[in-house]
Amino acid sequence: MIRLAKEYFADQRDDDLKQLGQAFHRSDVPGHVTGKTNYFADRSFPGMLHLKMVRSPHHHARIRSIDTSEAEKHPGVARVLTHKDVPHNVYTILILIQIGPEDEQVLAADKVRWKGEAVVAVLADSERAAQEAAAKVKVDYEVLPAVLDMEAALKPGAPIVNEYHGQNYYRYDSGACRKVRFGDVEKGFAEADHILEQTYRSSPIEQAPAETTGCIVVPEGNDRFTCYTNTQALFFSLDNTSIILQMPGHKLRFVGGTVGGGFGGKVDVTTEPIAILASKLTGRPVSFIYSREEEMQVSSPRAAETIVIKDGVMNDGRIVARYVKGYTDAGAYSRHSPYGAQKGAAHYPGPYTIENVWADTYCVYTNRTPSSAMRGFGVTIADFALEVQMDKLARLIGMDPLEFRFINAYRDGDMKAHRQPTEGAALIECMQEASKAANWPVAEKYLRMSSYKGG
Amino acid sequence: MAKKVPVQVTLNGEERAEFVESGATLLNALRGRFGDTSPKGGCHQGTCGACSVIIDGELKLSCLTLAEACDGAEIVTTAGLATNSAMHPLQRAFAEGFAAQCGFCTPGMIMAAKALLDQKPDPTREDVIEALSGNICRCTGYEPIIQAVLAAAAASPHKAA
Amino acid sequence: MAIRRGRGVAAVNYPTGMNLGGDPSQALVHSTPTGNFMVTLSSVDLGQGLKQIMAQICAETIGVPAELVTIDTGDTDTGPHCMGTFASRGTHRIGNAVIQAATEARQVMLEVAAEELEVNASDLETDGTGNIHVKGAPQKAISIFDTALAAHFKRGRSISGRGMFLVPRSYPEVETGAMKPATCYAHACTVVEVDVDDETGEVTVVSVKNVFEIGRALNPRMVEQQLVGGSWMGLSHALYETTEPYYPNREHGGTDFNQYLMPGPGDLAETEIIVLERPAADGPYGAKGPGEMCANPQIPAVANAIFDAVGVRIDHLPITPERILRALRAQAAPAGA
Ligand code: FES
Ligand code: FES
Repeated sequence: MIRLAKEYFADQRDDDLKQLGQAFHRSDVPGHVTGKTNYFADRSFPGMLHLKMVRSPHHHARIRSIDTSEAEKHPGVARVLTHKDVPHNVYTILILIQIGPEDEQVLAADKVRWKGEAVVAVLADSERAAQEAAAKVKVDYEVLPAVLDMEAALKPGAPIVNEYHGQNYYRYDSGACRKVRFGDVEKGFAEADHILEQTYRSSPIEQAPAETTGCIVVPEGNDRFTCYTNTQALFFSLDNTSIILQMPGHKLRFVGGTVGGGFGGKVDVTTEPIAILASKLTGRPVSFIYSREEEMQVSSPRAAETIVIKDGVMNDGRIVARYVKGYTDAGAYSRHSPYGAQKGAAHYPGPYTIENVWADTYCVYTNRTPSSAMRGFGVTIADFALEVQMDKLARLIGMDPLEFRFINAYRDGDMKAHRQPTEGAALIECMQEASKAANWPVAEKYLRMSSYKGG
Repeated sequence: MAKKVPVQVTLNGEERAEFVESGATLLNALRGRFGDTSPKGGCHQGTCGACSVIIDGELKLSCLTLAEACDGAEIVTTAGLATNSAMHPLQRAFAEGFAAQCGFCTPGMIMAAKALLDQKPDPTREDVIEALSGNICRCTGYEPIIQAVLAAAAASPHKAA
Repeated sequence: MAIRRGRGVAAVNYPTGMNLGGDPSQALVHSTPTGNFMVTLSSVDLGQGLKQIMAQICAETIGVPAELVTIDTGDTDTGPHCMGTFASRGTHRIGNAVIQAATEARQVMLEVAAEELEVNASDLETDGTGNIHVKGAPQKAISIFDTALAAHFKRGRSISGRGMFLVPRSYPEVETGAMKPATCYAHACTVVEVDVDDETGEVTVVSVKNVFEIGRALNPRMVEQQLVGGSWMGLSHALYETTEPYYPNREHGGTDFNQYLMPGPGDLAETEIIVLERPAADGPYGAKGPGEMCANPQIPAVANAIFDAVGVRIDHLPITPERILRALRAQAAPAGA
């Protein structure tokens, strides 16, 4: 299925590697095919407790009271945890790279801001007992108006989704959005032969790794805790846990590295802190593994996005101005979304050289499952919008869509909108090869182009 | 305390008996009691196929099977396919065909494929697709898995004759 | 009522590593007494094969066969810090850390071999199969096995090395957005052919031809694995997937694999993968991170192909039969109706 097209960029490579460039078999695969590979959940420990989460049934509600007394009496229940048990209950994961404010509760205290938010954790000898006891937890809610769409969220007077932000968008140092300003878009539009403005949308997407998110925690008896986890980032999870539990890092040991798929779905820190806390408070091993339903609707998906693109294009095929407004639906909490939204800003205007660019990317809060990273974070939906827009522009001026891309493709040395010169470009060569492979003919002059400077 | 019931099975050729919680799924019993973690719990709701095992010659989802109902049954899992540390042709084909990435779906895929090849040693591509259609893989895009099953069939001993 | 065929193209690029940098990874390498090499990490293999690639990178750098290298990862008690496996950063960031650590270990190894052979370390080279010899004089040689034994039991040297790779963090300029998001980019161009049933709105992807430029294919079959799986996921995103089918309406979200749709083994498109390699200046042996990019170009290519086939634009993902049918109906309705 794969073909290495060695004829491209041959002058930039020496193909004399011995151990690389070789299709060696993977050393981990014999374990996979014999069922011997150890994933975190392939361990069980005597006396292990199972954690089940009581979750909000409402998109937005005030919590009047939480009554766990019946659940605590349920046979097999070892402990029930509420926000009062969590040392540093309000957190945000990117605080580790100085992106605040802390805006999310480990266990909801006074309010829930999305349907599925964790409120009470129940620990019992068996999954079934934990589930049954969880059903006995009584939470008295006062339902509040919910904001489910980004447009409504940004309207003046909209109910505030997350008080820690004070408004329904993330405030960057640059203001309500991350900005890119390059050239003069208004001048570009004034000169353009045609202007096309279009809006693109996407719905949330689930990472759906074959193995659901989770961890198993074992108290080592010396006040240290070993957490077997399928996180995508061991120290990131450890350090966040350390903050949430106000527990020095040397008391924590995270073990993982062999994971049943991630796709961005396992970069949040949602199971480890509470499971370690439970283990500390009970002195027993604790397993907290998402059900498939939780993985689908509770774990953070790829954000829904709305992207508005306005382009000015000339009859000869040159795009002379591109204006983009991108909105990322973060759901109720930040998690990685402020990062993802600004990654979008860095990505515009796509792999094309355009002299006048304006991009604003917003991270918007709504009362839905917090979104977070997924394969292509900040870029996948941007590319959908950009590349459909390219197709529309080409057709608007009656040009072949592939040739239209050659005209605008970036090459080495071209200045990008974020003011970095292009290096190592290869878009043109990819398109040349695609033209051949797909039997999509383009004019000879495009086949002679090159990504190299002046090519 | 949930009631415990004895379950005796032949697991990968070995006679085994364990007490399991009444109502426990075969998946949880195999993994937690019998110490065979090759079947994976990808959904515990019968929609991913990662927990597939062969019970008395038939492909079953162990997450939808009651452990106590298997008393007396013969169970085969991926952990039992290799003989004297020599891989089963399916295991070899998956490994050589780069048909596993994270590997989480792999034991279930191999079980589904084995159930097919046991019935139909010479399957068509359509047979393979049909046989794998209850198994979810998020990494590979399925094609390498289909190819591996076809390769295992082509390499199976009955062809040598 | 007919099946209509259409074709669409898309071209994309993708940054390697965490946006704006600031995402370090470390590696430690040491030899055992008999000349096997351990690479200690805290990095995570999600299934893409990070362990195998790190073994090959370490082996290439030290000059030994890859099977002599063991990857020990996933324990914060022993492995040095790694930012994590995301943002197409694994091969690039961790690979560079492994190269640095392995280079340091190789240097000690060559020094010990030089003492044993009574020559200068700078005159030595490895043959890639487990021996060290004087350049141009292959008979003056010592095995890595013997070198490691000598290092341990005779010379008291630790054949080991430390590696760290960090792309310094860039802070976007507030008003202009001037910034350095990444140091290298992977590229792709995809052409998709679809059949659209204009009666049911159903789309069949007939073929998908992907050209990916990934810097360097460090292990071509593993590259193929990831790119084929990614191409599948791109098509799946285009046509099937969402947790909220009527977004922003929060209802009707799928909770299992019967409701959350993805193409199965019976819904596969004929897939072609062509790989170009323009080595990245700062990539490990030139490699970039293609793991995310490979799932992107199919999505707009499918949307463009659907337009080519039936003349309607679906600008909202996923492109479901329902959305296509509604658009076809709107298109057929007399203007002003
Ligand atoms: S775990 Fe049995 S089908 Fe998913
Ligand atoms: S290999 Fe990861 S789910 Fe199939």
